[in-house]
Amino acid sequence: MAEPMPMPRSGATDSTIVTVAPGWAVVAVAILGALVVAAAALDGALSARASGEGGGGSGGVARPFGEAARLMRQRRRTTVEADSLLWRAGGGGLLITAVLMVTVIPLGEWTVFDLDVGVMWFNAMDVLVWALVWLTGWGPNSAHSLVGGYRFLAHGLGYELPLMFALVAPAIAAESLNVGEVAAAQEGLWFAVWMPVAFLVYLLGVVAFSVWGPFSPALGTDIAGGARAELAGVDRLVFETGRYALLAAGAAFAVPMFLGGGAGPLLPTWAWVLVKTAAVLAVLVWLRRRVPAFRPDKFMEVGWMVLIPAVLLQDLVVAVVMVGRS
Amino acid sequence: MTVLLDIAFWALGLVAVLAGAAVFYVDSMARATYALALSFIAVGLQVLFLQQNYVGVVTILMMVMEMAIMAVYMVMFMGMNPALMPMSMVHDHRAALGVAAATFLGLAAGILVVDWPERRGSPPPDVTVALGEALMGEKMLVMAVISPVMVATIVAGVVLAAHRTRYDRFGDNLKRRPADDPQAGGVGR
Repeated sequence: MAEPMPMPRSGATDSTIVTVAPGWAVVAVAILGALVVAAAALDGALSARASGEGGGGSGGVARPFGEAARLMRQRRRTTVEADSLLWRAGGGGLLITAVLMVTVIPLGEWTVFDLDVGVMWFNAMDVLVWALVWLTGWGPNSAHSLVGGYRFLAHGLGYELPLMFALVAPAIAAESLNVGEVAAAQEGLWFAVWMPVAFLVYLLGVVAFSVWGPFSPALGTDIAGGARAELAGVDRLVFETGRYALLAAGAAFAVPMFLGGGAGPLLPTWAWVLVKTAAVLAVLVWLRRRVPAFRPDKFMEVGWMVLIPAVLLQDLVVAVVMVGRS
Repeated sequence: MTVLLDIAFWALGLVAVLAGAAVFYVDSMARATYALALSFIAVGLQVLFLQQNYVGVVTILMMVMEMAIMAVYMVMFMGMNPALMPMSMVHDHRAALGVAAATFLGLAAGILVVDWPERRGSPPPDVTVALGEALMGEKMLVMAVISPVMVATIVAGVVLAAHRTRYDRFGDNLKRRPADDPQAGGVGR
């Protein structure tokens, strides 16, 4: 029945990925946590600059720490007839989902979970966010919060298929769904360079499943905070941390998929992974103030009429190139 | 290690069965939907133990997405807005229990009574490929032909079901641009 589970790797194992002992997962979570703090600090600094405060001193970098301390002391909110089980599962699930995403991302030559279908694993985890955000909206038995949950699903119908087809392109080019092998297949030429459409659509998907920037109408102020309207205290802290963690995990996954993994001069591979992740994450955080909100009803058509054909063409080009090469 | 994996496998099986039963026990649409999702996730993880990694992960992916959409439709279309108030998830209680129990006993008896064959040879290195070959094999051409037909059927069904036609959208001579839609799209068609 349940036999030991050696992960069969497709083809010859030419990449030098080492699966580390499960205990090292703690380190993976710590790195994710550090990225979350850095992203929140950057967002705080950009917020402070945008609102014209803090010329000197910390300049908003310390804002997330103050906010975290404030939320930790705040009382949790309860609402009448709330479905607490589903509500808490939704709010807390985002962070867990981000951690599960990170397990298949190799840090240079080390990985926690060398799954042969790592790309699908990441995809399955980002679909979990559909359920979790809707549950966060549903749980508190509050109209505004439920509207927010539905807005997220409406966005989801627009962004998810383009995101899936964007993940297909590197997998075709690498002839593997193993994240380490996808990274190893980019010797000399990063996938971001010769499949730019897939790369951009992927980044759009990351922003979307983090309910970030243009995809934040689900949390909009016009509906009193949307899905997080009734979240207070530690619940809100966990939800917000989960959003940053998803953004960070998405940025980290872009590195082996599109940015050559740990490839780079001078520095060791693990350092290059971190540098590239931090750079992608910084761009995504910065974009928040630069791109207007996508209305869920209008974005649906953009997703289906523009993004899906564009990314399918990208897949076709990649497939033709790969057939030509072999 | 093998014992641990055995325990995990059977525990997941237990979760799958209990969550499946919870679908009919709970009194809310959302809980029923996500109990079913949990059951499917447990089954997907069990499939990972059978080394069908692709099949297992795809099961989780598809089922969670499907349940997220199903919850929306259940809340949207059920009469009397029962999604927002407690309601029983079973119909015809007695008969349903009888049928369920009989089916379960029948299938369980099948498992115990059937003379399971001995394994011949050893499993291939990539069991997912082997499963795909066994399921599709020479029928691949048929499947490749059927899939566009199925997509065309879906599109035709949606076109027939929609109460607005292109004449409603573009006017009698189909010249009106942009279209007159109750809900404007994002690309200005």
